[in-house]
Amino acid sequence: MNKLMTTADVVAQLRDGMTIGFGGWGPRRKPMAIVREILRSDVKDLTVVSYGGPDVGMLCAAGKVKKLIFGFATLDAIPLEPWYRKVREAGGLELMELDEGMWQWGLRAAGMRLPFLPTRCGLATDITKLNPELKTIQSPYDDGEVLLAMPALKLDVALLHVNVADQLGNTLIEGSDPYFDHLVARAADACFVSAERVEERLVLTPERARFNTFERYLVKGVVHAPCGAHPTTCAPEYGWDMSHFKRYVASAADDGGWQAYMDEFVTPGEAAYQDKNGGIERMGKLPLPVF
Amino acid sequence: MSNNTEFTLAELMIVAASEAWRCDGEVLASGIGVIPRLGASLAKLTYAPELLMTDSECFLVEEPIPLGPRGDYVPKYSGYMSFERVFECVWGGRRHAMIGPTQIDRFGQTNLSVVGDYRKPKAAILGVRGLPGNSINHINSFFVPNHNTRVFVAGEVDMVSGVGFNPARWAPGMKQDFMDIRRIVTDLCVLDFEGPDHAVRVRSLHPGVSFDEVQEKTGFPLLKAPEMGETPHPTAEQLEIIRRLDPHDLRGAQIKGNPPGIRTAA
Repeated sequence: MNKLMTTADVVAQLRDGMTIGFGGWGPRRKPMAIVREILRSDVKDLTVVSYGGPDVGMLCAAGKVKKLIFGFATLDAIPLEPWYRKVREAGGLELMELDEGMWQWGLRAAGMRLPFLPTRCGLATDITKLNPELKTIQSPYDDGEVLLAMPALKLDVALLHVNVADQLGNTLIEGSDPYFDHLVARAADACFVSAERVEERLVLTPERARFNTFERYLVKGVVHAPCGAHPTTCAPEYGWDMSHFKRYVASAADDGGWQAYMDEFVTPGEAAYQDKNGGIERMGKLPLPVF
Repeated sequence: MSNNTEFTLAELMIVAASEAWRCDGEVLASGIGVIPRLGASLAKLTYAPELLMTDSECFLVEEPIPLGPRGDYVPKYSGYMSFERVFECVWGGRRHAMIGPTQIDRFGQTNLSVVGDYRKPKAAILGVRGLPGNSINHINSFFVPNHNTRVFVAGEVDMVSGVGFNPARWAPGMKQDFMDIRRIVTDLCVLDFEGPDHAVRVRSLHPGVSFDEVQEKTGFPLLKAPEMGETPHPTAEQLEIIRRLDPHDLRGAQIKGNPPGIRTAA
């Protein structure tokens, strides 16, 4: 069993109109090498499900996004995601804007093959008004409480970036916070992971095995992508690239800015991308942010 | 403890923010942003050691961590609080967060999503983030660095992201009991929702600020709390703790012009 493939193999599995979930959180551990491969492809009309960072912004900039299912989009140190903002303000994006908790609750429902899970989150806000497909349900018990029935967020494909994987599809997320990648993986028909390091077969100590947050039967393909989260963080190995973020933010202010960004960083391919960013020697040593 | 007249407005606001967590018991204190975080840290280091705090990432600490580059300071972790555990904490109600929404209305409803029309907004902000869930599940306070009528809007906020005391938004059977909106700390005053039917009151005015000025810069009518006075000045002990927690003076960049705490009337 060998699930090793390339970013191009992953993107070849995508179809127009698919619902794609992304792992990570904001500017943290996003599968950016795969995102760049999507940007180079002609795949379109995607429904993007993400705790949004530059994955959301870049896919919006490239006109790949038909619908966004999200709770936020941010670069954190730069609070407003520039391309999400620009495309959002132009109108035309279909939206399901959710509370952060509702988002993971919907993925959880999908992973457990349930039609919905109840929550209070979202009640009495504009979320239910703007998304009339979100229904309420009354508790069948004596309390009779009215709750929001968060529908399952089923994904066609999940795309994640992890620290370590093996050819069987076993993965390790070694950063202190694994975020919700396990739920993204469980909610999808097919999950593809890129990894900083790929081994033939992991042999782990008990301590290290705890960094495995979901099962390999969920993983359909493994891509070796060193610095594949750049310009986002991949703790504990490297932090976000603020100089690259600034360049990316500036692209949203210029006419033709996105095309220039594509020409400079994306179109020439991942090897050229690494060269443009100082090589993996620099990218892999970017300091982790301190708060 | 004697009052110290040499303090900035940001330091006055940190002390006012810290008061929000008084008497909360063992809850996770989440101050989002420099001034709220320093407020929570100050509370924990003075009258509320029982508060739980994180390193602003995913570890719990019993000793609040100084802001910014840490030099040789090594955080002392006492537990773990990943984002997944934060949701479990939020939904269980054991948290008091202080965040800075883009808009706040007279019901305490908040907006962090968009300004203007939802479909084609004048400004897209962050998105609703955790406001819907936070607001319906646990205690919340707010922080406003620039008190004006664009923040404190007339009518409802443009996109209701966080719930409030607006009866029209609540259908029969929905549980409002866990909603608990406490304080708003601004650059002019401290507000609460303790008026009749949760009307907004001015609880205290910062030095040199008049009630009329606050009212003029607020898009809805305000009440005066019967005990309305001047916002307490930082003590020398509090200032010493604040300066230790913020060695790079990040607080100095939070309020435009970094004005002194005691302003002369304009």
